[in-house]
Amino acid sequence: MSGVSSRARQWTRPPVLIKSDRLRWSIYAGALIYLVLAISSVDINPARIYEGLERGWRFVQGFLVPDFTSRWSDIQQGFIESLSMTLTATVAGVLISVPIGIGAARNISPTAVYLVCRTIIALSRSLQEIIVAILFVAMFGFGPFAGFLTLSFATIGFLAKLLAEDIEDIDESQTEAIRATGASWTQLINYAVQPQVMPRLIGLSLYRLDINFRESAVIGIVGAGGIGATLNTAIDRYEYDSAGAILILIILIVMAAEYSSGYVRKWVQ
Amino acid sequence: MLSVRNLTKTYRTGDEALKGVSFDVEPGQLVGLIGPSGAGKSTLIRCVNRLVEPTGGSIFLGNEELTRLSGSRLRAARRRIGMIFQEYALVERLSVMENVLSGRLGYVSFWRSFTRRFPQADVDKAFSLLERVGLTDHADKRADALSGGQRQRVGIARALEQDPELLLIDEPTASLDPKTSRQIMRLIQDICAERNLPAIINIHDVLLAQAFTRRIIGLQAGEVVFDGPPEELDDAALTRIYGEEDWTTMRTAKPGDEESGEHDEEERMAGLA
Amino acid sequence: MPVIVRGNGKTWQKRASARQWSIWFGWLLLAALTVYCWQVMTKDTIWAFVQDAPRQAADLASRMVPPRWSYIDKLLWPLWDTINIATLGTLLGILFAVPVAFMAARNTTPSRTLVRPVALFIIVASRSINSLIWALLLVAVIGPGVLAGILAIGFRSIGFVAKLLYEAIEEIDETQVEAISATGASRAQIIDYAIVPQVLPAFCGISVFRWDINIRESTILGLVGAGGIGLQLQASLNVLAWPQVTLIFLVILATVFVSEWVSAKVRQAII
Repeated sequence: MSGVSSRARQWTRPPVLIKSDRLRWSIYAGALIYLVLAISSVDINPARIYEGLERGWRFVQGFLVPDFTSRWSDIQQGFIESLSMTLTATVAGVLISVPIGIGAARNISPTAVYLVCRTIIALSRSLQEIIVAILFVAMFGFGPFAGFLTLSFATIGFLAKLLAEDIEDIDESQTEAIRATGASWTQLINYAVQPQVMPRLIGLSLYRLDINFRESAVIGIVGAGGIGATLNTAIDRYEYDSAGAILILIILIVMAAEYSSGYVRKWVQ
Repeated sequence: MLSVRNLTKTYRTGDEALKGVSFDVEPGQLVGLIGPSGAGKSTLIRCVNRLVEPTGGSIFLGNEELTRLSGSRLRAARRRIGMIFQEYALVERLSVMENVLSGRLGYVSFWRSFTRRFPQADVDKAFSLLERVGLTDHADKRADALSGGQRQRVGIARALEQDPELLLIDEPTASLDPKTSRQIMRLIQDICAERNLPAIINIHDVLLAQAFTRRIIGLQAGEVVFDGPPEELDDAALTRIYGEEDWTTMRTAKPGDEESGEHDEEERMAGLA
Repeated sequence: MPVIVRGNGKTWQKRASARQWSIWFGWLLLAALTVYCWQVMTKDTIWAFVQDAPRQAADLASRMVPPRWSYIDKLLWPLWDTINIATLGTLLGILFAVPVAFMAARNTTPSRTLVRPVALFIIVASRSINSLIWALLLVAVIGPGVLAGILAIGFRSIGFVAKLLYEAIEEIDETQVEAISATGASRAQIIDYAIVPQVLPAFCGISVFRWDINIRESTILGLVGAGGIGLQLQASLNVLAWPQVTLIFLVILATVFVSEWVSAKVRQAII
């Protein structure tokens, strides 16, 4: 405790987050014990790591001097699959998300619809993209179609949830005013809700497009098409210069997407 | 004590904030700096401790030319100059005591300030300052838990914790109610008198400036257009500073001590005065 | 919503403004592009498989239930590894992200022309590459195991934490910084007294949020050999032991729910 009241006028900094001394020290002790246990359970093989350093250096070299040419047709095919998958999945995902998002907004939807839509959202959010991809590959076979389904499904959980939260946050007086004119439910959505949430919906869709592209580079590892499969092969074959080329292209596309989406968002506002 | 010579400041946008300002401040002198918004008041006092970089001219504090300093010498000069801000500018998530002790940052090493182990003399000084401004009981409260008047008093304590040779005060009452404003001005006046401290106070409220300072400098478009005791600040001088306006009505509407919710503060301040 | 313009006393004309036309054109372009991409993507799709999917799904479902509950004792140790990967990886990421964030924020960077672009590049490179890809690389470099997982999670977290943190640093109240610099404080003291108190709550929130995401991501890192429960998933998938896969999914789901609950509680406590 601080010594404000004591005669000698000592002062120590009062604790910032946790006021109780005992609780604070037991949390510190618990964290320390956990860290010791966790770190000691990591088995580190120095010989293997030393051996790997040389490979790591080769990868850094591959990244600095990438090789775009020798696997270009594979890389091209991978990126075409990834990009087409990303766009179609985002469009499909947004189209499905909008009705679900409206349904999941408490202030404009009946309770039964609300519960169903919230369940769909929770299901989509709790399942990892990779796990969904494994299941879809098992059902639909290898290739970008399974990837398309995976990304669409993942988009629903993300977009519908944020859209629903947005609709719940809208200005109630505007809905009230439109309702007072005797508008039907669809007119209400069109006149009171849509103008308020549209800019953010577009912003979120662009953001999801960006996420979907990054995910499309991953789900290929479990067989759902796209650049991930190409990357996986390149690394398996120890072709680090081709892998470096793929990673550089991914970074560039993500940067371009981020930059242009900022521009579009400003334009929509 | 402080001497400002031909100070100019031109912002990168091309705005000329100061056009050759010169004046001297004697020890213990309380100077009210008045002028319309955008006249360069805020720029002027920020040039003194170099939070704003002047374009030309020079400023001397004692024998040291502030305008030539840089790096650690500038920091050493800054700790000789206390500053009190308009919106208090307390670090809101730190405690009152930490805010007051932050006035010693220019004196202690980083490690000492990081571990909050200030020299006992600094801590003693902080306690006596908190007592002086009437906030002893609030030492361990977070700064954002205080009222406006209380926060400004923490700001004053922080500035005095520096052992300053000069106080720069930027609109100390702009966000306070009329009564608290007068209390804060009276506190500043008393403290400066006790320590023979010179101070420059930027202030919007002409009547407050006249009531609490012995000298007024009027700034208009970056130039000094009035410099003299408050009694000489007549309608003609006000028109020179602010432009044409019916000044007599302002004088008749005396600032009544309006009702404020801070009765206990009033009593505490009365006890101090 | 085309605007109807009525001429003064003349016959009315109905024409949308140029802007309206360009918006319609934009939507049309998007639709055309989507259809084109759809055709490109499904070029090699074997529709017979797709039509067959409902039957496949039913078949899969019948093989997946009931889960093989007895397998749980083989999952506890990998689960502990998974949590360690997420936690230690998050700590590692934070350790590097904090200096990167201070170098990337406009108001704290030592140099806008040299240091800031480097910091921003680190952030974008770390963010663009998913942790599974980081794991893929690291397994190839330092060999399979928990360490590769920790590093993968750590590398991915740097960009995420640093980006959100530097945005928080750029949004701080500058007058508090001004007040502390006016006392004659050094750069390090200004950061400690004026900036850290302002960004600390945001920093804690971001870290816990990232830890929650990392728990999700670390569950599947084993697919490429980077330790944790994903290793068991990969092994079970390889031998098509679907009842085990179901149990692993359930365990992952439960872990994710618990971590989400913990992170929500901690964030509530901070704010």
